[in-house]
Amino acid sequence: MTSTQPRPTAPAVFEYAPAPESRSIVDVAPSYGLFVDGEFVDGSGTPFTTVNPATEEVLSEVATATDADVDRAVRAARRAFTRVWGPMRPADRGKYLFRIARLLQERAREFAVLESLDNGKPIRESRDVDVPLAAAHFFYHAGWADKLDWAGLGPHPLPLGVAGQVIPWNFPLLMLAWKVAPALATGNTVVLKPAETTPLTALLFAEVCRQADLPPGVVNIVTGAGDTGRAVVEHEDVDKVAFTGSTEVGRSIARAVAGTRKRLTLELGGKAANIVFDDAPIDQAVEGIVQGIFFNQGHVCCAGSRLLVQENVHDEVIASLQRRIGTLRLGDPLDKNTDIGAINSAEQLARIRELSEVGEAEGANRWQPACELPERGYWFPPTVFTDVSPAHRIARDEVFGPVLSVLTFRTPDEAVAKANNTTYGLSAGIWTEKGSRILAIADRLRAGVVWANTFNKFDPTSPFGGYKQSGYGREGGRHGLAAYLEGAQ
Amino acid sequence: MSDRLAVRKTYKLYLNGAFPRSESGRTYEVTDARGGFLANAARASRKDARDAVVAARGAFEKWSGATAYNRGQVLYRVAEVLEGRHAQFCEEVAAGEGLSSSRARAAVDAAIDRWVWYAGWTDKLGAVLGGANPVAGPYFDFSLPEPTGVVAVLAPQRSSLLGLVSVLAPVLAGGNTAVVVTSRDRPLPAVTLGEVLATSDVPGGVVNLLTGDAGEIGPWLAEHDDVDAIDLTGAPADRAMELERLAAGSIKRVVRPPAEEPDWSADPGLSRLTPFLETKTVWHPMGL
Repeated sequence: MTSTQPRPTAPAVFEYAPAPESRSIVDVAPSYGLFVDGEFVDGSGTPFTTVNPATEEVLSEVATATDADVDRAVRAARRAFTRVWGPMRPADRGKYLFRIARLLQERAREFAVLESLDNGKPIRESRDVDVPLAAAHFFYHAGWADKLDWAGLGPHPLPLGVAGQVIPWNFPLLMLAWKVAPALATGNTVVLKPAETTPLTALLFAEVCRQADLPPGVVNIVTGAGDTGRAVVEHEDVDKVAFTGSTEVGRSIARAVAGTRKRLTLELGGKAANIVFDDAPIDQAVEGIVQGIFFNQGHVCCAGSRLLVQENVHDEVIASLQRRIGTLRLGDPLDKNTDIGAINSAEQLARIRELSEVGEAEGANRWQPACELPERGYWFPPTVFTDVSPAHRIARDEVFGPVLSVLTFRTPDEAVAKANNTTYGLSAGIWTEKGSRILAIADRLRAGVVWANTFNKFDPTSPFGGYKQSGYGREGGRHGLAAYLEGAQ
Repeated sequence: MSDRLAVRKTYKLYLNGAFPRSESGRTYEVTDARGGFLANAARASRKDARDAVVAARGAFEKWSGATAYNRGQVLYRVAEVLEGRHAQFCEEVAAGEGLSSSRARAAVDAAIDRWVWYAGWTDKLGAVLGGANPVAGPYFDFSLPEPTGVVAVLAPQRSSLLGLVSVLAPVLAGGNTAVVVTSRDRPLPAVTLGEVLATSDVPGGVVNLLTGDAGEIGPWLAEHDDVDAIDLTGAPADRAMELERLAAGSIKRVVRPPAEEPDWSADPGLSRLTPFLETKTVWHPMGL
C-alpha cells in the first residue's frame, strides 16, 4: 500500500468478535489423485500443492494429469457416452442430476468451508452464493434432461459427445456447475480441468458423483496447470470445448480448435461499466457499487470495475462510497463477518499491485481505507481510483481484483459511449429510479448482461455470457443448452 | 435480334452506398462458363476491405437501431426490386454458372423467395429466440437477441446469386451490417444485387460488396479488430484454418466452411441467423 488515509469521518463501528466457521466439517486429504472413470487414480505428472491463500498454509498435494492421463479420461468419457449416458433414458439422466443437486445441498457447509479454504473467499459468499447457486444449477438443468424437444433448439436435438471443460479459480464449484450441469443434462459426458490454485471442491464434487452412483466416466476430473488444460482442449476425441478464463487464453484456445470440428464456447474477461445517474438512490447505488467491485475480492469477470458516475453527484457518491468502504471488514475468510477475503494467489496479487501502480503513475488518484492487512497470506485492500481517464490502463485492462476506477459523464449519450468504449462486453450496471431510462440505456449497451439497480446477480434460468472480446455462447437458461447440442439453432 | 450495338455495364464495387472502382485500380477478367469474356470486374484490395469495414461500422447504429418492422419492410422492398430485375439476374446467373435458362430461373426464383423469407424474420426473432427468465428474486429478467455487429461474409464460390442471398440476407435480417467478398469467378450477379440494394431503401454502408479474391481479402477481414464475426463459407478450402486462427485474435464469431458447397435450395432453418446474434439479458428491478 502506498497511501492509506484516515477513514473520512468514519461513523462509529462496533467491533465484532471473531465468528469463525469451523473447518472441522471438512476433511482435506493430504493428497488427491485424478478422478477418471469413476475412480481416483494417480496422475503421471509431478504433483503440485494447493495453498490456503489467507495463510499460505499448504492444504494438500494434488496430482498432475499428463497427456496420457487426459487421454485415459477422454476415453473413459467416450465409453460412458457411447455405452451408458448417451443411450440412457433422458428422465433417468435428469434424476441423476436431481440427486447431485440434493447431495450438494446436503453437504453445502462442507463445500462452503472447503471453497473458502482453497480460494480465500469469505465464507459468507461461499455459503450464501457459490454453493447454493451451484446446487440450483444442477436442479434447474436436471429438469431439462427430458424436455429438450421443447427447448426451441430444433427437433430432437442430440448431444455432441465428450465435452472438454476448463474452468477458472474465482468460483471453482460454481463454474464447475455451470459447465457440468448443462453438459450432462443434454446427454454429453465431460472431462473437466479445475484451476490449479483451486482444485479441491472439484475433487469433493467427484465424491458427490460417486455418492449419486453416477455411472463411471460420465464425469472425469483432471487436475493440473496450463499443460493439462491444453491437453484437454487439443485432444482429438473431444467434441466440444468450453472455457471460462482470461481473454488471452481464450484466444489461444480459439486458435487451437481452428480447423477442427470441435464446438467452442468462451466466457472471458470484462471491464464492466457501472453507470450511476443523478436520480439514483445513492445509498442503494453505493451498496451496489461495493457489491459490483468488491464481491469475491473483485475476482469476477463481470465485476463493475468502471464506475461511471454522473458529474453532478460525483462528490456525493464518492464520499458515501468511501464511508461505506471504511466499514468493510477484511480478513479471515472463514470468519462469518468478513466482507473481503484473500487474493487467490501470489501471482494475482502481483498483477493487482502492478496495475494499481500503473494507475497512479498514469495520474489517477488512488484511495484506500485505513485497513490492516494480515501478515501472512495474499491481501489487497479495497481500492478506489478517481480522476481516471478513459485512456488509462486501469480503465481498459481487467484488473481482476478489488480495484475500482471512477469516471464521470454528463449526459446519457456520454454514459453509453464511455460504457461501450472497451474491447470487452460482458456486463454492465445501471442505477436510476426511472424504469424507462433503464430500458433505453440497457438497449444501447453492448454487453451480454445488464443489471439495473443491482449487480452481480446470477440465476440458472438467466443466460450469461459476453459480447465482443468477452467471448461467445451463453451459460444458463434455455440458451445455455445450445452450446451442448448438435444442430442447435 | 436487333443489330443495335449493346451498351455494356461497368461492374464496380458497392461500397458505402456508392459504386467505386477498386482504389487499387485493379480489375480482372470475368468469363462465362465456356470461357467467353463477360466483363472486367474490380479486384478489391486490402484498402477497399478496410474502407468497407469503416462503412459497415458507420451504418451499424442506424440499421441495428431501426425497428424490426422497418427492417422487415426495407428487406421486403429489396425482394420487390429483385423481382423487377428477374430477367437480368437469370441472364447473369445462366452465363456465369453455365446453367440452362430454366435452371437459372429456378435459382433466381429461389433467391428472391429466400430474401422474402428472411424479410419476414426480422420481427419474429425476439419472440422466438428471446424470453423471460423466471429468476429467484424480485426482477423482471429477460433475454433478447441483438445483432453481433459488422459481419464479414466470404460468399459461396459456385452459387453466385442464391448462395449469396442465402448467406447475406440472414446477416441483415438480424440487424447486422455486412462486408461481402463475392464469388471470385462469378461476381456479376453480386454487383447487380448491389444496384438493387442501392435502390431499395437499404441505407448506404449496410451492405458492402467486394468483387475479388476471398483468399486475398479474407485474411485482412479475419484479423480486422472492428469486424465482429466472419462467415467462411466461400473461403478457399486450404485457407479456412488460417482464417479461423486469424479471427481468434479478436474473438470473432466464426461460421466454418462446409466440407463442400451445400445445396442452397434446402430449408436453412435458423442456422444462418443465430451465429450472428448475441443474447442480451437484462435484470430489471421490481418493487413498489
